[in-house]
Amino acid sequence: MIGAAPPTAAQGDPAATARRFREAHEADWRRLDAVLGRAERGSLRSLDTDELMALPVLYRQALSSLSVARETSLDRALVDYLESLCARAYFFLYGVRTPARTRLAQFFRHDWPAAVRALWPETLAALLLTIAGAIAAFVLVSHDASWFFSIIPQDLANGRDPTASAAQLRETLYGNGDKDGLSIFATFLFTHNAQVAIFAFALGFAFALPSALLIVFNGCMLGAFFALFVPHGLGVGLGGWLAIHGTTEILAILLAGAAGMRIGRAVAFPGASSRLRAAADAGRASATVMAGVVIMLMVAGILEGIGRQRIDADGLRYAVGGGALILWLLYFYSPRGGRNDD
Amino acid sequence: MTDQGDATLRRRFITPEGVDLGLTLATAGERAAAFMVDAAIIVGGLIAATIALLIVGAWFGGQTGQLAIILWLIGFFIARNGYFILFEMGARGATPGKRRAGLRVVARNGGRLTGDAVIARNLMREIEVYLPLSFLTYQTSQGLADAATALFGLGWSGIFLFFPLMNRDRLRVGDLLAGTWVVHAPRTELDLDLIGREARSRAGPAYHFTDAQLDAYGVYELQTLEDVIRRGEWATMQTVAETIRTKIGWDGPAGDVEFLHAYYAALRLKLERGLLFGRRRVDKFDKK
Repeated sequence: MIGAAPPTAAQGDPAATARRFREAHEADWRRLDAVLGRAERGSLRSLDTDELMALPVLYRQALSSLSVARETSLDRALVDYLESLCARAYFFLYGVRTPARTRLAQFFRHDWPAAVRALWPETLAALLLTIAGAIAAFVLVSHDASWFFSIIPQDLANGRDPTASAAQLRETLYGNGDKDGLSIFATFLFTHNAQVAIFAFALGFAFALPSALLIVFNGCMLGAFFALFVPHGLGVGLGGWLAIHGTTEILAILLAGAAGMRIGRAVAFPGASSRLRAAADAGRASATVMAGVVIMLMVAGILEGIGRQRIDADGLRYAVGGGALILWLLYFYSPRGGRNDD
Repeated sequence: MTDQGDATLRRRFITPEGVDLGLTLATAGERAAAFMVDAAIIVGGLIAATIALLIVGAWFGGQTGQLAIILWLIGFFIARNGYFILFEMGARGATPGKRRAGLRVVARNGGRLTGDAVIARNLMREIEVYLPLSFLTYQTSQGLADAATALFGLGWSGIFLFFPLMNRDRLRVGDLLAGTWVVHAPRTELDLDLIGREARSRAGPAYHFTDAQLDAYGVYELQTLEDVIRRGEWATMQTVAETIRTKIGWDGPAGDVEFLHAYYAALRLKLERGLLFGRRRVDKFDKK
């Protein structure tokens, strides 16, 4: 056979068949390759209508070429090339990306509140843990002031400890309006709190225990501060000082802890679905909550930076904090019509 | 082409059209390498930004200096938490490090990779990377009394760090919670067919093989031979040619490269003809 004139496909020469297969389709493969290359570089807009319309057709042609090549050709370079080409096209075509604007709107209008609502059992548990921690710390510190030092870290106390006088404590609550570097402080608090919230969430993977502990500890700190201020008649003042940003911040921390506990619960008690499946579902749902938590902490940081240091009246402080809380609760939990397709 | 070697990392991946794309999972080493590249980019970027902002802050002072500090705080937060999320949400589903290694993040169920999955898999880095790191640096700097605690913490958090080595699918904790895995999706170029027209013209003397000589090998050996020819390393080709000649009892014309090309072409034609009749001879032990 070899050495004589090359036989044609009509005579049943497989080499000629393979060559003709390649010749017939190679231009399409290369076109798909080129279009994908440009689309992947992020310039979807550089594709014209023809190319966009051609993409699914080219993809299906490449898939059928792959099937044919697998059955008839032993040229591994060809099969490998078609496999990777088809995989790239698949991920591009089936990973349809809605525009960022639509996705953001969807997140705020539906995904975020729905994810928070679905987390209500854990949120309730986190709330109870916080209250329990607060009461325990309040009782402990009221009976024996030295407990305060074991609950509140030194650098956080910042002079607010049982040895301080009523006047000193009052000073920390009011009249810091002309302080410098407020916006830096607010930004620092935001990034720090957000990092801690993410950490609390991630720790939930260890069967929810670390998240729960962090939540209880957070409640303890609240209780300890109240036990310090209330005997001096400053309980209402501390409440207002905390409320202005605290309602947003504490709610965000509750949600972060709840998201962590949801993951831990899914890993420990997967229920009817498989452990992997349960973990993936819980992880994705609580990730949506966490994206929202970061936004809430940003709002809390802004409220703190602008509001807490500028607004000195207790009533106004409570009004801002309470208003924020009501808005959040309405946003998350108010029943709404329309899309309920989750 | 060589990444197909490890069959334990190959997974079925059926498209809605019913074709198995046969994805290959990334090895732990490749992923660690990709992460190193990303970490270097993040740290390098942060250092550059810090220096730039320090200069700006020192130069202008006052309001601008404050703004520089705020920008730095926010930039640090975004670099630490947003870098992976933003890149993996893009069309390539990969950070620059993964892209370099030819990897991408994919939803395990074959569906599309959603934003919440990307967020979930990357927030978990907090306990996989930063927790061990903080035990390494912060805790040990607190003095010797804490050494035991630090060691315990390091061991505990090490479980998360080495989690991918402990399961078949090379899942991180983040992958587990997001329902994702990391696969090879390299951009490959189409090579010339070895028995194409150009290849044929180079054959010098005529090689004729008997059926018995072509029955010595199957598809596996054919594709190994294809790799050898494509790589084109002189010494390997010589050894392989010698092995084949001994095996089939060749006494025709010599010439290693030409011999290998000719034998490859003849063997492939024979095996492909077999395919047309529904016979796939897997390897040389296959007695079909």
